Amino acid sequence: MSEVKYSKEHEWIKVEGDVGTIGITQHATEMLGDIVFVELPDVGSSVEKDGNAGVVESTKAASDVYTPISGEVMENNPVIVEDPGKINSDPENEAWFFKLKIKDSSELDSLMNKEEYDKFAKESGN
Amino acid sequence: MEIKKTSLNKLHQDNKAKFVEFAGYEMPIQYSSGIIEEHKFTRANSGIFDVSHMGQLFIYGDDNLINDLEKIFPLDLKNLKLNSSKYSFLMNDKAGVYDDLIITKLDKGFLIILNAACKDNDFKILSSLLKDKYKMVLDDQRSLIAIQGPKSVEILNKILKAVADLNFMSGNWFTYKDQKLYVTRSGYTGEDGFEISISNELAEVFTKELLDNGSKMIGLGARDTLRLEAGLCLYGHELSTETTPIEANLKWAISKDRLNNGGFIGSDNVINQIKDGAKKIRIGIKPEGRLIAREKTKIFNENEQLIGEVTSGTFGPSVNGPIAMGFVDQEFSKKETKILLEVRGKKYPANVCGLPFYKKSYVKGVN
Repeated sequence: MSEVKYSKEHEWIKVEGDVGTIGITQHATEMLGDIVFVELPDVGSSVEKDGNAGVVESTKAASDVYTPISGEVMENNPVIVEDPGKINSDPENEAWFFKLKIKDSSELDSLMNKEEYDKFAKESGN
Repeated sequence: MEIKKTSLNKLHQDNKAKFVEFAGYEMPIQYSSGIIEEHKFTRANSGIFDVSHMGQLFIYGDDNLINDLEKIFPLDLKNLKLNSSKYSFLMNDKAGVYDDLIITKLDKGFLIILNAACKDNDFKILSSLLKDKYKMVLDDQRSLIAIQGPKSVEILNKILKAVADLNFMSGNWFTYKDQKLYVTRSGYTGEDGFEISISNELAEVFTKELLDNGSKMIGLGARDTLRLEAGLCLYGHELSTETTPIEANLKWAISKDRLNNGGFIGSDNVINQIKDGAKKIRIGIKPEGRLIAREKTKIFNENEQLIGEVTSGTFGPSVNGPIAMGFVDQEFSKKETKILLEVRGKKYPANVCGLPFYKKSYVKGVN
């Protein structure tokens, strides 16, 4: 069983056991425009909920990526570093950013489900 | 202050533009296909740019006007042919740049195309320098539409016959629906193309004809990546009152015979900088990885001493990598010089490179 949850910073996290796979949402990529560069957190590093966990750059500007959940980075996705355009074409599947070992699963409670996120994204406008 | 809209605003909306405020105008940054697609489409086909926010300044006068304008601009205007255009600058007396512009000789005077953010200030400065001796019209009844890219000549020629006969950096009057348009073969993308000065009331129907013939709307986002790949300066980035044309590596735009005798505003500093060398100079920058160094990124030499700053930086879709321009101390301006760019607290390697990043394909001498 896996579940997907969403943050107000437009990240998604897919939870399988104590492993979370994190990326940015379709809505985020539409706001950002064409993504041309991505920087990911190092494997083995610890990231804190709502803290910096990488950067995406579009043709327009650089934007920070935040992690919705604290944990230790187990893996990051070389495919999107090599071809950042994949983030635009398949943001919620192939173009995941990093996987982490979840430190405190209760942090997941503060995140939105799909329905809540879609409503939030729509209301947040741009 | 209320945000201004151009005559093509509705057309932008119909084409699903994302808008930004630019110099007090609501302008399209991109349309639904995105900056990279728009950029590539312009290089391969033809793109339409609404540049109606730019100033179209008509100054009417005779030989006295030519003499007076030569006291301002570093150009040989006496020998400028009718309907020929020159790239130039409005400078202060230290040769700092108030604006960069294109000036075209018309039968009754000159047309000067000014940057949107500078046009009102330029008008004041020029009115004062010319002591209100000449009729000057900063014409907001006209729109300005650029069409750029290799297929543009074929597309525009279907609508305005004989436009294909224009040489690069020259213009002429054409008739469209019984009104006069002024068309120059010019642009700011590194591609062959045209800029069309047209009444506001005809701007939309004219642009729709261009679209019907296969051109596409392109936003300011792609305009910026196109001009940066072409190594062209943008006011407020490479050019300001703190920068001279010599520092910006634009000596080519100053008429040679004006350099001998001066007599234009800022000429002392321009001539001195040519003689002694400018302390800082504009360079092209190629970062080694995929990292983008944006405006204000600090530039260091290999010994980690600060030597300058990036003024424009983006991803170049046609060169498929990051590109930037900036200013460094003269001694570090040679091509292939290794430099470091500080981005988010870390220093990354880059090289000084020649400009443009993307080779131009202007049409010269079709006649």
